[in-house]
Amino acid sequence: MGRYIVRRVLLAIPVLLGTTFVIYLAVYALPGDPIRALFGPNQVISPSVERALRERFHLDDPLIVQYGHYLAGLARGDLGTSFSGRPVSEIIRAGWPVTFQLGITAWLMEAVLAILLGTLAGVRRGKAADYTVLAGTTLAMGIPFFVVAYVAQFVFGVQLGWFPVSGADAGWPVAYLLPGLVLALGVLPQSARVTRNSVLDNLSADYVDTADAKGLPRRVVVWRHVVRNSLIPVVSLLGVSLGYMLGGTVLIEGIFNLPGLGYQIFTSIPQHDGPVVVGIGTLLVLVFLLVNLLVDLLYGILDPRIRLH
Amino acid sequence: MASSTPVSASTDLRPVVRTGLTRSPAFVISATVVLIICALAVAPQAFAGWFGHGDPRACDLADSALPPREGHPFGFDVQGCDLYANVIYGARSSVAIALLTTLGTVVVAVVVGCLAGYFRGWTDMLMSRLVDVFLGFPALVGMIVILQTLSTHNEFTVSAVLILFGWPALARVMRGSVLAVVNSEYIAAARGIGAGPVRILLRHVIPNSIGPVAVLAGLNVGGIIAYESALTFLGVGLQTPAISWGVQLNTAQQYFTTSIHLLVFPSIFLTVTVLGFVLLGDALRDAIDPRIR
Amino acid sequence: MSDLLESLPGHDPGAPMLSVEDLQVEFATAHGTVRAVNGVSYAVGAGETLAVLGESGSGKSVTARAVMGIVRAPRGRVTAGAIRLRGVDLLTLPEETRRRLRGTTVAMIFQDALSALNPVLPVGYQIAEMFRYHRGASRREARRRAVEVLDRVRIPSAARRAGDYPHQFSGGMRQRVGIALAIALDPKVIIADEPTTALDVTVQAQIMRLLGEIQREHGTALVLITHDMGVVADIADRVAVMYAGRVVEEAGAHDIYARPAHPYTRALLGAIPRPHLRGKRLAVIPGAPPDMSRPDEGCRFRPRCELAGPGCADAPPLYDVAPGRASACHEWTKVIEG
Repeated sequence: MGRYIVRRVLLAIPVLLGTTFVIYLAVYALPGDPIRALFGPNQVISPSVERALRERFHLDDPLIVQYGHYLAGLARGDLGTSFSGRPVSEIIRAGWPVTFQLGITAWLMEAVLAILLGTLAGVRRGKAADYTVLAGTTLAMGIPFFVVAYVAQFVFGVQLGWFPVSGADAGWPVAYLLPGLVLALGVLPQSARVTRNSVLDNLSADYVDTADAKGLPRRVVVWRHVVRNSLIPVVSLLGVSLGYMLGGTVLIEGIFNLPGLGYQIFTSIPQHDGPVVVGIGTLLVLVFLLVNLLVDLLYGILDPRIRLH
Repeated sequence: MASSTPVSASTDLRPVVRTGLTRSPAFVISATVVLIICALAVAPQAFAGWFGHGDPRACDLADSALPPREGHPFGFDVQGCDLYANVIYGARSSVAIALLTTLGTVVVAVVVGCLAGYFRGWTDMLMSRLVDVFLGFPALVGMIVILQTLSTHNEFTVSAVLILFGWPALARVMRGSVLAVVNSEYIAAARGIGAGPVRILLRHVIPNSIGPVAVLAGLNVGGIIAYESALTFLGVGLQTPAISWGVQLNTAQQYFTTSIHLLVFPSIFLTVTVLGFVLLGDALRDAIDPRIR
Repeated sequence: MSDLLESLPGHDPGAPMLSVEDLQVEFATAHGTVRAVNGVSYAVGAGETLAVLGESGSGKSVTARAVMGIVRAPRGRVTAGAIRLRGVDLLTLPEETRRRLRGTTVAMIFQDALSALNPVLPVGYQIAEMFRYHRGASRREARRRAVEVLDRVRIPSAARRAGDYPHQFSGGMRQRVGIALAIALDPKVIIADEPTTALDVTVQAQIMRLLGEIQREHGTALVLITHDMGVVADIADRVAVMYAGRVVEEAGAHDIYARPAHPYTRALLGAIPRPHLRGKRLAVIPGAPPDMSRPDEGCRFRPRCELAGPGCADAPPLYDVAPGRASACHEWTKVIEG
């Protein structure tokens, strides 16, 4: 297991360097003035401020040195300063609990629903339950999820009043249930289908015959043996789906007025507050990489064949 | 014909497509929807004038955000323009971006996949690491960050960013199918008669390995339209004065409680379009390869 | 549990431990219905070993799976016949009752232990499950019993290895685990489906010896499915030869070697390589097994049979050749006289 962890961590390093370099290139090194790019076309910057900024971002050094400075800043937790003068790291400190709670809620909902629906569809292949899940997932794939967000907000928030329409004041979990569900719905179709197919594959595996021949109750065969094996591909998908969710938080937190990291991006875009968008965006990329690393490690726990080789 | 001759034969999909598809209701409905949307995109003026007010730019601020009335079935937007005409014209940018992006991702994926799969070695290493880097991004976040720093936001720049984050998944699939094809006997035979790599790639490898990528690209079209609308909705995609559903929805969100029609009509068109493309992709995929569901 | 079997309708202590009567199993395939098992009958008593012999596709494994009740719709279903344990017809029992008999009264050893064991659960856990769900044992008790069973199949340092996963065992050790699963609850009947085919020759002998010992200790009825004539000669009391979904000959192990009564059996015996025939051409059976999706009313072996005549267009019944011996060949007298 130790060697497996080390290998996974080593593999993650080039991706980490690559993603930060891409962001760095896009923001600071594209042709044109990076100060302009960060601040947007409509801001007026005084020459003294510009000089200070050029120095701050080491814009007169060679590209690779600039990138080095940028990385060193990232390592210190320096993600830049908002146009309003507030450090981005401070904005992040204020916003991350909201995003964390939303992400956990949505992720749990996705995992539970995907496994339940996928297993149900797989076990009842070709029956009504299977077709319902297939049709439902297709529909969910076809509706852009910020449209789903508005519909959910309107129906369950405004009309029925079951959930708060917006804001995080109601606290966890009440304020996060509806936005979490909408966020989960964005990735649920894919993970439910992968679960279904994985369950189908495993249902015809030889070890299921053995479990049946042992006289185990059907529910034990399905949930202990089949689902346990079927989870292996699903878990790696749950890692990828976090990527969609992190992007989705920008839309969902914006629409539901949850003051998290996505909300900060959402409100900073119209204000052309580049440092906030780029800083928080970078953090979300790092979180995504980290969680995927953790998912890889979890994968090793779920599948002993990987762990031990 | 001697069956032992190693011949490169790209799979002929016509019979499969003809037999099963036309009988599938999902295909017939989704194909009709997609055709209508494409017609809207090509010639919006033919549809926009149905209720007598076909010019999306003919606006009167006095009508700002008014609800539907005679001659204006969808009501008016914030600028006082006829919403119906605007929604009809909105199809154009969605379809254009979907087309540009799909073409772009397929071209990049095919080139990268071929280079990696055919030449192997360090080319493969480099390409695969590059794919890893782009798959390491939460896509929407990456797009937002990059679009935020661009100074022009039109169909081309939005498509370019969508391509930037769209090609890696396809390239990985392409590489896989190229690897499978490269080891076949007809490639060895083509090499044997002295064909160069360019000829082998164009005549043999690509036609035989593009199938899965084409299917996947078809499945992605609906998603591209949804992504574009989301980016535009957030304010980093297309921008006013462009006519697009995303822009309309972006404006509408501030009037969520007072003028719900601003949100409803563009949402319906967007949803039907995305759903149409997703269902069509599904139906085609099922007809071509029923195994992958 | 044995008392469960005794409480079931039709229980008769004098009836054979396991008897299969005129069993038919069909599979729905893309090319139509295939009747993989077409009227198979055999019986085996306590402490007896019946070898079921036949080539791939002869229906021997499907029959075994039908006995275990793991042939399931929509893929396959039992369409006729009876499967009796001490006279109790399993096919008439509710599924829940059948489930409680699986593992406790009748158990199975599979051909490829690597795929037959769940790859993500420790082997000890997979054995312990049987004590938990059939005997209501606690987790700890079940684990202790599992280690005992691993000991019984002579897995070295069983207590430690119980926590290992299937892929960490060698092929022979893995098949011992497969046997452990089957014997854990001391069943009355064990069906072993080619238990040594996937193993090295030296390991094969060890596994067969282990099976034989366990069977003698507990008086288990053993159905040994195989295509290995050598194994048959070593441990079988009786032999049932299957061809194209039917039993074509049934006899004592000694008799069948000495004087086969069916042309197919005779051909099979001729196809064994023997040292004293070195340098000579090995006999092969001409032709190929029939396509089971095409119904055929006659003897299914006649296209490959040197004795085939016009009478073979009618399916031969199982003729009684001698007490406890039967052959499904119109011309059995000619065959047996050789």
